[in-house]
Amino acid sequence: MKCIVCRGPAVIDLRRHNANFCADHFLRFCRDQVVRAIDEHHMIELGDRVLVAVSGGKDSLALWDLLIELGYDTEGMTIGLGIGDYSAASTEAAVAFAERRHLPLHRVDLRGDYDYDIPTASAVTRRAPCSSCGMSKRHLIDKSALDGGYDVVATGHNLDDEAAVLFGNVLHWHIEYLGRQQPTLAERAGPGGQGSGTLAFPRKVKPLVRLAERETAAYCVLRGIDYIVEECPMAAGNRHLRYKEALNAVEAASPGAKQAFYFGFLARAAARFAPEADGADAELRACARCGSPTTGDVCAFCRLIDQVAGHDPVPVELVRPHRGGRRARTKARP
Amino acid sequence: MRVLLRNPRRELQVEGPLSVGKLLRQLDLNRESVLVVRGDTLVPGDAVLADDDVIEIRPVISGGALA
Repeated sequence: MKCIVCRGPAVIDLRRHNANFCADHFLRFCRDQVVRAIDEHHMIELGDRVLVAVSGGKDSLALWDLLIELGYDTEGMTIGLGIGDYSAASTEAAVAFAERRHLPLHRVDLRGDYDYDIPTASAVTRRAPCSSCGMSKRHLIDKSALDGGYDVVATGHNLDDEAAVLFGNVLHWHIEYLGRQQPTLAERAGPGGQGSGTLAFPRKVKPLVRLAERETAAYCVLRGIDYIVEECPMAAGNRHLRYKEALNAVEAASPGAKQAFYFGFLARAAARFAPEADGADAELRACARCGSPTTGDVCAFCRLIDQVAGHDPVPVELVRPHRGGRRARTKARP
Repeated sequence: MRVLLRNPRRELQVEGPLSVGKLLRQLDLNRESVLVVRGDTLVPGDAVLADDDVIEIRPVISGGALA
């Protein structure tokens, strides 16, 4: 198998592009795909301060590395989720990456800073861990970006992530989510509206949308980036993974199907759902506790804190991630 | 050859020589969901693995909560 560019020995075959690449030309391919995504979707302007949301996994570390390579002004942010050894190893990978490149990595720790963790939140709320995890991450990333005065937040969502989310949204016809599923989400004004001088949400971008997760993992291997390979123990069996498996089965039989699905949606369907997403913002106001934008009096993050902070930590092993699992008993500390 | 698999971590002995494509079919793995790593580099689908190779089959699907 030869590299499509230089005819040297290939190290990876990308069937969706009907192309094989040597290591050097594969890395160049990845950079080109990110440049194209940033340009096409007006993600980052020259001089923007970029906050990269870093988990320690392949996508976020590949993203940070690529943005550094492309010359952007980046800092990282990572959240300690308290998911046992998995979270400890994830944070370690993120810290090692930042230290090696002498770049700032801002750290938030759910247990240390807010007196809860994801396993405990799942046990107390009796909901799937991914629910409180995703909501906590979104809230804290937005808050860090706004507090720190960053122009844009970059996240490591890749083509597989976006295709799987799209698949789920179509399967259940979540049209307000379909209207908002874009590679770039523009910043939005605070509850005072345009001209109030405050932002409710920072601009959020997904520069990896043109790369499949097999490609971001390959990028890390070839760049010598140590990322956490182990899967989150709380994610096992979740819907997102099942959608990815289904799409990969289609992709194996029909290379290019995932990208046709996702990019076809962006080109030919997304705009039709935009009014639904616009309408969902109409009633935003400031959370009575923290000032974050919310549709009620108190935002979802503060309501979660009210419910789960102060409970004794529940070990990961006692929280079954998804259906059919055993539930842990929880106890509030006096 | 020694084959390291992840999630959960385990090790298999497989007789070589064998192409990467055949090995993945033998293990019933979707090539879209894994990378084959030998040393510090990747091995493409048509490469032949020798009987004394040590390789890692690394899953690439991650499914945690998205931010």
